[in-house]
Amino acid sequence: MTKLSVNGKSMDVDVDPETPLLWVLRDTLGLTGTKFGCGMALCGACTVHLNGQPVRSCQTPISAVGDQPVTTIEGLSADHSHPVQQAWIELDVPQCGYCQSGQIMSATALLTEKPRPTDADIDAAMAGNICRCGTYQRIRAAIRRAAEIQSKA
Amino acid sequence: MSANPIHVSRRTFLGGLVIAIALPACKPGAKPAGENKIIESNAWLRIGTDDSITFLCDKSEMGQGVYTALPMLIAEELGVNLDRIKVEFAPAGDPYVNNLLGTQITGGSTSVRDGWEKLRTAGATARQLLVAAAAEQWGIDARSCSVENGVVVSPHRKKLRFGEVAEAAAKLPVPKEVALKPAHEFTLIGKSQRRKDTPSKVDGSCVYGIDVKLPGMLYAALAQSPVLKGTVKRFSGDKAQAMPGVVAVVQTSSGIAVVADSWWRARKARDVLEIEWDAGPNAALDDAKIAAILRKGAAGEGRVARHDGDAAAAIKGAARVVRADYELPLLAHATLEPQNCTADVRDDGVDLYVPTQVQQIAQGVAAKAAGVDAAKVKVHTTFLGGGFGRRLEVDFIPAAVEVSKAVRKPVKLLWTREDDMTHDAYRPPAFDQVAGAFDAKGNLVAWNLHLTGPSITARMFPSVTEKMVDPFAVEAASNYPYDVPNVHVDFKQQEIGIDVGYWRSVSHALNCFVAESFMDELAVSQKKSPLDFRMALLEKQPRFRQVLKLVARESRYGYPPKGCHHGLAVMEGYGTVMAMVVEIFLEGGKVQVRRTWCAVDCGQQINPDTVVAQVESSINFGLSALLWGEINIANGRVRQTNFHDYRVVRMSEAARIDTYVVGSDGPPGGIGEPATALVAPAVCNAIYEATGRRIRSLPLSRHKLA
Repeated sequence: MTKLSVNGKSMDVDVDPETPLLWVLRDTLGLTGTKFGCGMALCGACTVHLNGQPVRSCQTPISAVGDQPVTTIEGLSADHSHPVQQAWIELDVPQCGYCQSGQIMSATALLTEKPRPTDADIDAAMAGNICRCGTYQRIRAAIRRAAEIQSKA
Repeated sequence: MSANPIHVSRRTFLGGLVIAIALPACKPGAKPAGENKIIESNAWLRIGTDDSITFLCDKSEMGQGVYTALPMLIAEELGVNLDRIKVEFAPAGDPYVNNLLGTQITGGSTSVRDGWEKLRTAGATARQLLVAAAAEQWGIDARSCSVENGVVVSPHRKKLRFGEVAEAAAKLPVPKEVALKPAHEFTLIGKSQRRKDTPSKVDGSCVYGIDVKLPGMLYAALAQSPVLKGTVKRFSGDKAQAMPGVVAVVQTSSGIAVVADSWWRARKARDVLEIEWDAGPNAALDDAKIAAILRKGAAGEGRVARHDGDAAAAIKGAARVVRADYELPLLAHATLEPQNCTADVRDDGVDLYVPTQVQQIAQGVAAKAAGVDAAKVKVHTTFLGGGFGRRLEVDFIPAAVEVSKAVRKPVKLLWTREDDMTHDAYRPPAFDQVAGAFDAKGNLVAWNLHLTGPSITARMFPSVTEKMVDPFAVEAASNYPYDVPNVHVDFKQQEIGIDVGYWRSVSHALNCFVAESFMDELAVSQKKSPLDFRMALLEKQPRFRQVLKLVARESRYGYPPKGCHHGLAVMEGYGTVMAMVVEIFLEGGKVQVRRTWCAVDCGQQINPDTVVAQVESSINFGLSALLWGEINIANGRVRQTNFHDYRVVRMSEAARIDTYVVGSDGPPGGIGEPATALVAPAVCNAIYEATGRRIRSLPLSRHKLA
C-alpha cells in the first residue's frame, strides 16, 4: 500500500511502486482529467502539481511521490472559480481540449510564482505544453487575463 | 423579404415521429410522481415533458466547435435560447448520413454545410408542430401564435411550454414545407456564443475515448509490426502472461495484445512479448525508394481534373515557358490523444466507445470483428482529443473488439504515442510538375499542373475513384481561379506500398503549396509584384479580390518592418475563400514567422468566434508541417516515434495571427481546415523575397537558409 495525498484527500493505493503517478491518478483513482499524450514528458498533457510545483506525472513514479501533496485539474476548484479557469472560460481557449488540463496546471504554477508574467516568462513556463489545436494565442491572452483576475481577488 | 420554404424530404425525417418513453425507476402499477416522457421530435431533437431539450449531435466534436455551432442552428429555428439545449452525440444511423459525403462522417469541413438546411429545418419543423399542438388545444389559428424561449404564446398571452405540448405535437402530421428565417431575422446565427464544451474542458470532466471506464473493464496494449504492413510469423506470450496483473495475451488481426488489470501493467508486459515478425513487402522501403517510385510514376498522363482550351499546344507555341517540380513528404497526424477504443462484446451485442469521425464505418468494422450484424453494434462517440483526419481511420477498432470477444469482458485498448506515430495513415507525399506559359506580350496563356501521388480515396472509398479522378487529390488545383485560357490539371495515381490518409485540408495543403508558390515564380519571371500579378488574373473573381485587398491593406503588404519580409497566398477551399500574408524574419538561417494576417470569406458565419479560432488553429497546424513536418521511412519502419523527433509548434514558436472575416450572407463555407494550406506557400514566398531562394520541397528544416 502506498499513501497518497491527492487534492487534499489522503488515500491508500495498491500499485507497483514504479507505476507512474499518471496511471495511478487515471486508472486507480479515476481522476481522468490528467491526460496521457506522450509518456516521455514531451507534451505536458499529464502536468499536475507536486508540492505546488508543476511536474509531468507520466515520468513521476509513485514511489517518488511520498507524502508530497498532489493537485490535479479536478482539485483546482469545485466550481470553475479559479482565476485561470475563469480566464480560460472567458476567452473560450479550448478547442479539442485534450491538452488543456496540462496547460492550465502549468499556467497556474506560473501565476503562483510570477503573478505578473512577461511574454518571456509565459514562453518559458509553457514551453513544455503542446497544443495540437494551436490555441497558443488564446492561452497567452488567458494567462494575462487570469493575472488580472488574480490581482483583483 | 419572404421566408424561404424548404421541402421536407423523407430522408431528412426518416422514420417520422417516434415517441419513446423513459420512465424513472418506479414500482409497476404505482403512479410515478415525476414521470418524464421523452418525445423524439425527429432524429436530432428530443423534448421531455419536463421541458428538457436534447440535441443529438450527428458530428464528432474534435475541437472545431460543432458541439456549439450545430445546436445554434437548431435553437435559431426552434425558438429557444442556446443554453436550454443539452447536447448528446448521436448513435450510428442512416438519418445522420452526411449528405455531402455519403456516409456518417465528420470531415471535409462539412459539418455546418451539411447541417445548414437539415438542422434548421429540423428545428423549424419541430417548432411548427409544437405551435400547432398548442393552437389546437386553444382552438385558435396556429399562425396567430408565437414562441418565446421554449414557450408557445397565444395572442392573448396564454402560454404552453414545449414540454406540455410535445406529446400532442408528435401525433400531428409532419408538414411538407416549413419556412426558414431569412438571414436578417437571425438572433443567434452569426453572433458569437460561448462554446458549450468549455466548462468541461477546464475542469477535467470532459470524457474522451481514453477516459471511458466500464464496470469490470480490462486494459490492453498492442504490439504491432514495426515494419508497416508486416505480420506475425510466430509469438510466445508466456513471459508476458507471467507478469503481474496480466490476464491474457491475445493474437488480433493487427498484432499481439496484452490484457491486464491496468493499462500500465499491460504496457509493461508488452515489452517482454516474444514475437517474430514477417516484414512483408515493405521490408526494404525507404524515403529514397518512395521518391523514386513517385518520379517514375509521374511519367505519362494522369486522370484529368480540369481541361480548358489546349494547354499543351499553348505551351508549345509560347514565347516563354517556366517549369518547376515540387515535392512534399509524408506527415503524421499526431492527435494529442493517442488512438484508443473501448469495446464490450457480449452475447446480446457489442458496445463500442470510441473517438471516431466515422460512426457507421466504425460500426461496420466492429461488427465484422465481433462476427455479428452491424445492427448489434452500438457506437458511443466520445469527445475526440484531436481528429485532423486521423480518426477517419478505423484501424484501432477491430483489435479492441477481438480482445473483448476473447476475454469476454469490456476492454480499453490504448496505443502509446510511439504506436501512434509509427502506425498512422500518413499524409500522402507528392511529386508535382507545373508549367506556365506566356505569350510575347507577357500574358499568362497556359497553366499545366501534373500531380503524382498515392490516392487515399482509392483505398477508403474505391467506388468513387472507379468513376472519376480522386476528388480529394486535386483540391486547390482543379479549381485554379486565375483567368488563363488554357488550363490542364491531372492526377497520376502512384501507390507507394503504405497507407496514406486524409490530413487536415487534405490535398489543398499539397496543391496550394505548388500552385501559389508557382504563381509567385511566374510573377517574378515577369518582374511583377506577386499581388498585382494575381489581381490582374482575378478580374472575374470578386471574392478572391475582396480578401486579397483586405489582407494586403491590413498587413501593409509590401511594406514590412525593417529586416522583415512579406509573402502571400490565396485559395478557395470548402466553399471558403481566404488570403494570407505572413511576415518573416530570418536569423541565423532560421525562419521566424512573426505575424500572419488572414482574410476570410466563409459566407454566412454561425459562431464567429469559432471561425477565428479555427483559422488560428489551422495556421499553427500548417506551420508545424512547414517548419519540421516529415515522416521518414527506413527499412519499412517509421523513424519518428514521439514529439522529440516529430516536432510541432510550441508557445514561443506559434504565430501571432490576425483574422479578418468579411461580412456575407452567402451559403456557409467550411472553416476547420482551409487556412492550413496557405501557410507553406505564403512563408516560402516570403523566403524568396528575403533570400532569392525558391523553396520547392518541405519541410524547411531540410533547407539551409543562411
